[in-house]
Amino acid sequence: MKPDELRSLAQKEAEARKSYRYRINVCCSSGCMPFGALKVLSAFKDAVKEFGVEGECYVARTGCIGTCSIAPAVLIEPGDYLYQNVTPDRAKEIVKEHIVNGRPVKSMLYGNEAYFKKQLRIVLRNAGKIDPLRIEDYIAVGGYYALLKALTRMTPEGVIEEVALSGLKGRGGAGFLTGLKWRYVARATGSPKYVIANLDEGDPGVFANRTLAEADPHAIIEGMAIAAYAVGASKGYIYVRSEYPLAVETLKKAIEAARSMGLLGEKIFETAFSFDIELRLGAGAFVAGEETAILASIEGRRAMPRPRPPYPAQSGLWGKPTLINNVETLANIPVILLKGSEWFASIGAKNCTGTKCFSLTGKVNNPGLIEVPMGITLREVVFEIGGGVPPGRRFKAVQVGGPSGGFLPEQLLDLPIDYESLTKAGAIMGSGGIVVLDDTSCMVDTAKFFTEFCVDESCGKCVPCRVGLYKLYKILDGFTRGEGSLEDLQKVEELCEFIKEASLCGLGQTAPNPTLTTLRYFRDEYVAHILEKKCSAGKCFKNGGGVGGE
Amino acid sequence: MAEVWEASKMIELTIDGKKVTAKEGDTILKVARENNIYIPALCYLEGVSSFGGCRVCLVEIKGSPRVFASCVTPVAEGMEIITNSERLKRYRKWAVELLLSERPHVCSVCVANGSCELQQLATDLGVDHLRVEREWTNYELDLTHERFAYDPNRCILCTRCIRICDEIEGVHTIDLMLRGKNSKVIFDLNDKWGFAESCTSCGKCSAVCPVGALYVKGKPHSESKRKELASFVTSRRSEKTIG
Amino acid sequence: MPDAGAQQAGLKADRRLMLLEAAIRKYQYRKDALLEVLHTAQELYGYLDRDLLIHISKLLRLPPSHVYGVATFYNLFKLKKPGTHVVTVCMGTACYVKGAEDLVLAVEREFNVKRGGTTADGKLSLFVTRCIGACAMAPNAIVDGETIGKATPEVVLKKIRAIMEAEKD
Repeated sequence: MKPDELRSLAQKEAEARKSYRYRINVCCSSGCMPFGALKVLSAFKDAVKEFGVEGECYVARTGCIGTCSIAPAVLIEPGDYLYQNVTPDRAKEIVKEHIVNGRPVKSMLYGNEAYFKKQLRIVLRNAGKIDPLRIEDYIAVGGYYALLKALTRMTPEGVIEEVALSGLKGRGGAGFLTGLKWRYVARATGSPKYVIANLDEGDPGVFANRTLAEADPHAIIEGMAIAAYAVGASKGYIYVRSEYPLAVETLKKAIEAARSMGLLGEKIFETAFSFDIELRLGAGAFVAGEETAILASIEGRRAMPRPRPPYPAQSGLWGKPTLINNVETLANIPVILLKGSEWFASIGAKNCTGTKCFSLTGKVNNPGLIEVPMGITLREVVFEIGGGVPPGRRFKAVQVGGPSGGFLPEQLLDLPIDYESLTKAGAIMGSGGIVVLDDTSCMVDTAKFFTEFCVDESCGKCVPCRVGLYKLYKILDGFTRGEGSLEDLQKVEELCEFIKEASLCGLGQTAPNPTLTTLRYFRDEYVAHILEKKCSAGKCFKNGGGVGGE
Repeated sequence: MAEVWEASKMIELTIDGKKVTAKEGDTILKVARENNIYIPALCYLEGVSSFGGCRVCLVEIKGSPRVFASCVTPVAEGMEIITNSERLKRYRKWAVELLLSERPHVCSVCVANGSCELQQLATDLGVDHLRVEREWTNYELDLTHERFAYDPNRCILCTRCIRICDEIEGVHTIDLMLRGKNSKVIFDLNDKWGFAESCTSCGKCSAVCPVGALYVKGKPHSESKRKELASFVTSRRSEKTIG
Repeated sequence: MPDAGAQQAGLKADRRLMLLEAAIRKYQYRKDALLEVLHTAQELYGYLDRDLLIHISKLLRLPPSHVYGVATFYNLFKLKKPGTHVVTVCMGTACYVKGAEDLVLAVEREFNVKRGGTTADGKLSLFVTRCIGACAMAPNAIVDGETIGKATPEVVLKKIRAIMEAEKD
């Protein structure tokens, strides 16, 4: 594709978009699909024909709108009217009233403005508003312009500088400065170099990356291509969980579309830059999201992490310099290049710029996918966006950061969301899970649940994680069944310290967090379990129970 | 061949306060041993790649709050390494205790009693009781091979056998199956040893097993073990040349 | 033409084998494509049996123990034949918090099957998975590919009973 062709295509598409008075966006992401989204989509298409308004009303199949609790969700532009729990019958009525008569059907609208008020969508800028399967839709909203700009008007070093100045940090959890990481790979000797987009979102209760891939795959592809140009790579891999069939399918088609338009492949935009992407599927291993384990997995081996150094930037895939970024990090890149690092740095908190996507789930009134500026407090997220815990229940704790994130109590709710504050409190940013617990959850039982998850997912390479976590699980399990003594709490703390400090990779190093934070903030529950055999949530001291295990 | 003769860069560092000179790129463990400083280790095996799994060879490096497995951490100029702090002793003790509790290690009925590296380490570290509950796994004993035996209940998953089979013998008969606490050393497609087609019966795996998991039938364990791996590797190579 | 080793490995020279070998050729017999090849094999055959693993290890020139090690490391690969019908209960955080354990216990009790296992008659397998990503609709269960959101033990059991009944006719 030539630069001019991109511009004229964008123009043509934008005009076509303008020629419609209405646009009906039907969410067909994994959250809405199981609840009949495709039937709703065809019902809208039929209804538009039936009422003879197909010339002025466009029906689009889009990705996630973000309000997963009201599936299937439908968004009508202009005006961003959001309809909830749409059925084929309701679709017909919506077309008749809203489109034909110009009267939005108030009774079916999702009237929750608070849910959106504090959100800011940068990564999810196009989610729910474009058809992920049409590359033209992405180009119409300015897609691939950032790549064009990078290739034709910026040097690789210039791109890295811009990303560095933006202050963007890795969204996979560790929070390493993206610009710095890119610089390490750019400076490393060795060829070829590789770029890996990490979409192995194995955290239970987290679906932010999946949603991004389903809603706006080209943002990931464009971000990868820019990264590749910056570090001097010519080949990229997207490592995606095979448990996400729709994301896999969407990415596959998006890569093909980009290839057929010449946005991937040889001599992109008639420059000397060539880049192509291959999709690699995971197969159900949480640990494969770890930087060095992902390398082993792409090389077709058991996903066992290895010690660093050497870092993947020096010796990654097949021993070559490799850049590994989370897909959310990559989706930020095109916007940063187009709007500038200064703009990006003005969003969020001082040492933590930009936004973060979170899957907000658990005992909260409005679960869903949210994107908020960094620095927002947990209270705002849980009570304003999330609408608090269900009526009649009392908030107990919020877990941030996936299975190895810590639990934070009520008194820490005013904590701002940034890497440092969370880590200090014993939680982690992780890949973006926020799980809210109310008084029906037992903290001992919950700590046990997450420890068991990590036991199941431990690769087994190092002793602290393989054996230590299992012993920790056994002790916690004992507490929930009326075994153990107060001395055991001391032992648990010592064991946790060993696992945290001596484990080889991030999985083991963070796995004790749920136990340590519940011990720190909810110690009285442990004591009640041990001394009085009492569980205030009524979860423990029952027969049976226990997930999995051999 | 040119690179073979290229002189490696030499660097200086201190281990437990002692100034030493080392080749850049060498691991902390190697440099320490060359200088007669003892760092205990279990999964480490000279002559094959390092694994970094047992976490017994942990050391501290001044300036970092973390601990490092010395068998996989390369030395660097000016490094100040501590090999024997109270914290390290505490962690090593945990590692050994956890290994002892993972499967039924009962020394009195083990072929390796008296020549077992795990047993020796437990003695050295003063492990006199276990703080965690012991696990009584019940894996089947594999006696199908005519010369060797395999008792998974004594295995500590150090992967020495896997690495030597792959890297020195070059056949890769042995690997791990499953993961985490369910990991198990297997031959071919989880076959009984006697039926593992790719096995050359070279015996290297049993020679390097630090415990009594892989052993030669009817021979005292102490005699079948070969700790001098370097000579072992060389002799094997010369055998090949002659043959 | 199917590879000559296939018959040796005890695999029938059918369409599935042709497709599998075509996929392996597409990856140019690259060892690093093992996961992709295992995915393809499982899609075609439903599970990975011994003969299949032997054949794959020969074609990719990988040691059998390596192939077996990889196939068993990743949860998604099944080495045993699953039941005619499959129920998967999501045990992700959101689902667990909202009572997914009760769903599993209900199915276990009613159909006398353990999680991860298959009923004695081979009709029903029960699996638990870690998060299917439909957290807002937790708890979720998947019965023969159909997701049931905000599931209760009653609804899930009813659904399973219905498909088992339908089969009898």
